Amino acid sequence: MTGETKDIQKVTGKLIRQFGEKVITIEDRGGSAIPSVVVDKAKILEVLFFLKADPDSAFDMLTDLFGVDNNKERPRFELIYFLNSFKNKMRFAVKVGLEDGESVPTASGIWKAAEWFEREIYDMFGIRFEGHPDLRRILLDEEFEGHPLRKDFPVEGPDFDKPFVVELGEEK
Amino acid sequence: MGVTEADKNVLVTSVDFVVNWARKNSVWPVTFGLACCALEMMVASSATYDIARFGAEVFRPSPRQSDLMIVAGTVTKKMAPILKRIYEQMPEPKWVIAMGACACSGGIFRTYNTVQGVDQIVPVDVYVPGCPPRPESLLAGLIKLQEKIQKETILERELISLPKMKG
Repeated sequence: MTGETKDIQKVTGKLIRQFGEKVITIEDRGGSAIPSVVVDKAKILEVLFFLKADPDSAFDMLTDLFGVDNNKERPRFELIYFLNSFKNKMRFAVKVGLEDGESVPTASGIWKAAEWFEREIYDMFGIRFEGHPDLRRILLDEEFEGHPLRKDFPVEGPDFDKPFVVELGEEK
Repeated sequence: MGVTEADKNVLVTSVDFVVNWARKNSVWPVTFGLACCALEMMVASSATYDIARFGAEVFRPSPRQSDLMIVAGTVTKKMAPILKRIYEQMPEPKWVIAMGACACSGGIFRTYNTVQGVDQIVPVDVYVPGCPPRPESLLAGLIKLQEKIQKETILERELISLPKMKG
């Protein structure tokens, strides 16, 4: 495939041998794009753990984890894990497709960085992560209602026309 | 109040003058830089555009010891209760300068988490527009505030409060 080195082909080959073609789909985005695979939701945790544990891949750093809302396409949400290996000097991307209301097991047992990334995804998209130690909003107010980065959320927010009133509670 | 108009004008005017002169020439701001405007505020208090020559000698970190709150930067809805709490902790007399487009009216952020102008939360005396306003603009705003303070009278300083929302 274009843009993929021999090491990456070793990794993807190992993934397919371990998990099978039904679970792993290799994407070909050509050029100098980071090589990526699309993984079935049921096996995502095992795939991620395999990618970290295996010495050929050894992805010890979760660089980024973000969500995508594809408005009308299916699957509606996608989670993209960007992985980085210091030992083998390569980058990799893992994608999972989700529907509205589904939840994913948390990757914070594998990489601690996933804790805050998943909190942000919960805050912005409403995707829940099972087994997360502390799943609550990270960027917005705790009492905020709605998940802003969904495509059906208006940019100004639902209460834009009403004046903003601050109620200070009493200190306990 | 037992004081007639004529008495008020004769008796209190010179006291007014002295009190206002003292207040306007020693407004001490509380540090409330939230975003990029805070940098311009810092520059205004540095050597080139010295804000200390207008009386804003020290930026007190504690609101209990300050007169002026310069809201410099974007106010988000998460920050709004904190801002209101700091404002309420300042003792009278107190003034507010809304510095920058975001504090005046929300700026370019017409979004779900930005308060569209800090005057939705606290009463503002002077608006300094700009994105960010140059330090000279902030100094001009401070001078305008000083002119406003000069016109006050100690007999009638009412406690300013926002109208309560019904329901």
